[in-house]
Amino acid sequence: MKLIKVEHAYKIYKNGTTAVADLSVSIDKGEFVFVIGTTGSGKSTFIKMLYREEKPTKGSVIVGGIDVAKLRNSKVYKLRRKLGVVFQDFKLLPKLTVYENVAFALETLGLPSDEIRPKVLRAIDAVGLKEKTRNLPSELSGGEQQRVAIARAIVNDPKLLICDEPTGNLDPETSRGIMKILDSINKELGTTIIMATHDKELVNKMKKRVLVIENGVLASDTKKGSYKVHESIKDS
Amino acid sequence: MRALRILSRSIRDSFKSVFRNFSLSMASIACTTITLILVAISLFLTYNVRQVTTDLEHELTIVVYLNKDVTDDQKIELENDLKTMENVDTYVIKSKDEWKAEMKEEDKSLENALDIFDDNPLLDSVIVTVDDVKSLGKTADKLREYDFVSSAEYGEGMVENVIGIFDAVSYGTIAIVIALVLVTAFLISNTIKLTIFSRRTEIEIMRFVGASNTAIKLPFIFEGFILGIFGSIIPIVLSIYGYVLLFNKTGGYVFTKIITLVEPFPFVLIVSLILLVIGSVVGMIGSWRAVKKHLKI
Repeated sequence: MKLIKVEHAYKIYKNGTTAVADLSVSIDKGEFVFVIGTTGSGKSTFIKMLYREEKPTKGSVIVGGIDVAKLRNSKVYKLRRKLGVVFQDFKLLPKLTVYENVAFALETLGLPSDEIRPKVLRAIDAVGLKEKTRNLPSELSGGEQQRVAIARAIVNDPKLLICDEPTGNLDPETSRGIMKILDSINKELGTTIIMATHDKELVNKMKKRVLVIENGVLASDTKKGSYKVHESIKDS
Repeated sequence: MRALRILSRSIRDSFKSVFRNFSLSMASIACTTITLILVAISLFLTYNVRQVTTDLEHELTIVVYLNKDVTDDQKIELENDLKTMENVDTYVIKSKDEWKAEMKEEDKSLENALDIFDDNPLLDSVIVTVDDVKSLGKTADKLREYDFVSSAEYGEGMVENVIGIFDAVSYGTIAIVIALVLVTAFLISNTIKLTIFSRRTEIEIMRFVGASNTAIKLPFIFEGFILGIFGSIIPIVLSIYGYVLLFNKTGGYVFTKIITLVEPFPFVLIVSLILLVIGSVVGMIGSWRAVKKHLKI
């Protein structure tokens, strides 16, 4: 069953730059997909269109049955409640503990506290930070901070988890730990994961579906692909 | 229930934010306080000036003296005209004999002095009260137009000066208050702008986890509201205690018994309510401006 269906999507910025051109791709529920490409290839724009940070200029981008192109600004929250987003820079609130950072997502949505607590503890447990619920972000390593961000992204049981270079700031060892967690979320919770990355080693090791975006177009789409799938891809 | 939880969370967050940005909040609160104290002074002045003007309308009269040789027909003509004359409220005709008797009664020393004359040296007169004290002069001028009217007096100059001063004070304070309200709204707007910048990560997370635009904006609007409410506390306390104290110290009169102060209750309570409403509305307008301009969702 399709969770994401992108058809002939274009993103042309006001200055005339075409970031994405005629991109069509569909992603099934429960898939784990890497999106790779050089800096400026349109990879980030594509990812941003999925959570409606960017609006497609032309074509359709349907995520969980919602047409992103037709979604009004005031209704974007409806789409965002169906997905979780993880960023390279973690985006944690420094004055809140691990528990509070994860709970923040649910409190913001107005969930009752008796519903929040079990969900938060479950999410923290899923990323292996059960012992650090009362720690502040400053007391955690980079990998642990990213795990808190992942817990926050999955706490509301999203169907889709979008990760925008989540290992970009982490060392290889820690990155592998993060990938292990994402893989288990994908397998155990059935969450669809789309991850933009530059990490050649991780992509090659995971053997997942790989979308290569180059000059705004989908250059290749390979099941169990690797970073070397397209000759012109360079590390940036 | 969800909406209620979001609402209570917004209120909690806005209180936290007021204390988190304490120095900025204090600047906004201080400015609101100063503005509202001036608003209170303006309200007290305006209401009391209105009361004084109303009192003056009842106290101030035009005394019309008729010529010595005025005939009875002329007196009847004047009386008929006064019945329909614009701005005339009441009139009392007082003959020279009534004046003489009254003066004798008031001051015994005048008794012999007035008896020196064979004829009564005083003049027949009409005492006129008006509807609008501001047009007192015009009405007096109209009465002076009669040939048989010797003079029409009402304390020229003094009344115009008093009314002019009262008007100038009222308009002046209103102008200052409007300017200060604008400055306060701007300051509160600036405080909220800085709050928005200091909480940008929080706002970003709220957007990505699916908080509605209203849920994101509400805490900032409440913050402006709270700053306005905090800013109105001191002016309200000062208004209540200050006005009651002034009223009790003066016995409700200023300078003469003609100028009376408005009774403190429920007057001070109405003024307090007005201050609270102005404070909160100015706060919300200031924060709404900042949210609209700086909070991009």
